[in-house]
Amino acid sequence: MSVVTLSRVGKVYSNGTVALDDVSLDVRDGEFLSLVGPSGCGKSTVLRLIAGLGELTSGRIEWPGAARGETGAGAHRLGFVFQEPTLMPWATVAANVMLPLKLKGMARAEAGRRVAAALGRVGLETFAKAYPRELSGGMKMRVSIARALVTEPNLLLMDEPFAALDEITRFKLNNDLLTLWQEQRWTVIFVTHSVYESVYLSSRIVVMAARPGRIAADLAIDAPYPRDEGFRTSTAYNGFCRTVSAALREAMAA
Amino acid sequence: MMQEEPPTLEAKADARAPAVDPLRIIMPIVIGILFLGTWEAAVRVYHVPPYILPGPWAILGALIEGWGSLFHSLLITLQVTLSAFLLAAIGGGALAILFTRSRWIELSLYPYAVILQVTPIVAIAPLIIIWVKDDTYLALLICAWIVAFFPVLSNATLGLSSTDHNLLNLFQLYGATRRQVLWHLRVPSALPYYLGGVRIAGGLALIGTVVAEFVAGTGGADTGLAYRILEAGYRLQIPRMFAALFLIASTGILIFLGLSLVTHLVLRNWHESAVRRES
Repeated sequence: MSVVTLSRVGKVYSNGTVALDDVSLDVRDGEFLSLVGPSGCGKSTVLRLIAGLGELTSGRIEWPGAARGETGAGAHRLGFVFQEPTLMPWATVAANVMLPLKLKGMARAEAGRRVAAALGRVGLETFAKAYPRELSGGMKMRVSIARALVTEPNLLLMDEPFAALDEITRFKLNNDLLTLWQEQRWTVIFVTHSVYESVYLSSRIVVMAARPGRIAADLAIDAPYPRDEGFRTSTAYNGFCRTVSAALREAMAA
Repeated sequence: MMQEEPPTLEAKADARAPAVDPLRIIMPIVIGILFLGTWEAAVRVYHVPPYILPGPWAILGALIEGWGSLFHSLLITLQVTLSAFLLAAIGGGALAILFTRSRWIELSLYPYAVILQVTPIVAIAPLIIIWVKDDTYLALLICAWIVAFFPVLSNATLGLSSTDHNLLNLFQLYGATRRQVLWHLRVPSALPYYLGGVRIAGGLALIGTVVAEFVAGTGGADTGLAYRILEAGYRLQIPRMFAALFLIASTGILIFLGLSLVTHLVLRNWHESAVRRES
């Protein structure tokens, strides 16, 4: 069962840059899909188009699971995590996480319960009343993830969420994200430029090439979950990294 | 489950109650006392006549002696200043919001706001006073408002258009209406800019009022401090002139301190300007 299907999607920016050319992608229910590629390959653009931020120049995006009469990204419960934490500095952690529910007009009591649950899932329940500036980079990212979880999404879109974090924090959030993914059974589309991060997390990796942005390879990472630090040093992990790196090299040479 | 990271909340106590450095208060007072003492001594030693330069002691005497009429005038000046300031703060903010709602309104009106701003108030004050000659209070109010209003408008307009693009995307993603984007995103993120404009407007409202009072120059009982200065000048009551000037300056300082306090209270939790730097 597909969650979302991109058919021959093209995107040309108003300055004439061809960001995407003929991208077809079928995202299946429950998979952890990573988009890997050099900068400028349009991986973030794919994510933003799926989220409904921006218009397609050509092609179609379809949501097979959406109810009749509903179309587009709005028909699905989406969560989006940006590269920056993108928090409102004037609002507390709880108010930031509550934002999507508030915009929908959900009753305060129900919204409050959901916010508490989402903060619990990322381990920040004691920081509900703190302001973003009082938090470390990793904690801000957790708030951002909690905000994406609060709508109980079935598709989580993540745009290089951990790129700005140090390696120790990134490894930890990688593990936390995998745990949550296995508990909640959402579909994740994860954009990264790190081969190692994508292999560790993903059940499937799509390698993209730049100028114009297009899909160069589509690889399955069939290592079993749960994965832990042991997987990072295993022979299987190394093998997958080598395969993905080779595909990436080929994509950049072409 | 995700684990907690070491809390970084110790920073909170510092940020909420900025420790006031005692030197910040002591040093200006020491300098003030030294300055006033030197002034008084110079006036006495060199026998400077009070109609050229009165000493602080003589000024204090004039202030106490003329307190009744001076205080009455202060209240009148203050009334115009505060009304003009409030109208500027509310009007400037409201017009800026209107500008973000409609580009047409912004394109049509903004140039005129600029023209109003760059025209010297001393040049247009006589016209305004002639046009609304039946109501001096209204004439003064219009003059002060013209001076005070523009920094609020321009800062608020800048603030409303400086919203973080990622946050705008986020709001769009979660299906926010234009109204929600305005009140939950644009307005709060414009607040530091707006308050910066408001702080400037406080001082400018007082300056506008005083300038307009000078131009209006009406006599009688119900006149502001500027006219008291003119009047004392005509009568060579120089200490009284200084006393009135002292009241105007004190009012300006109080307005500035009050608005700085308001800015700090509103922004203390989140904005860089109100937060003490660590380390």
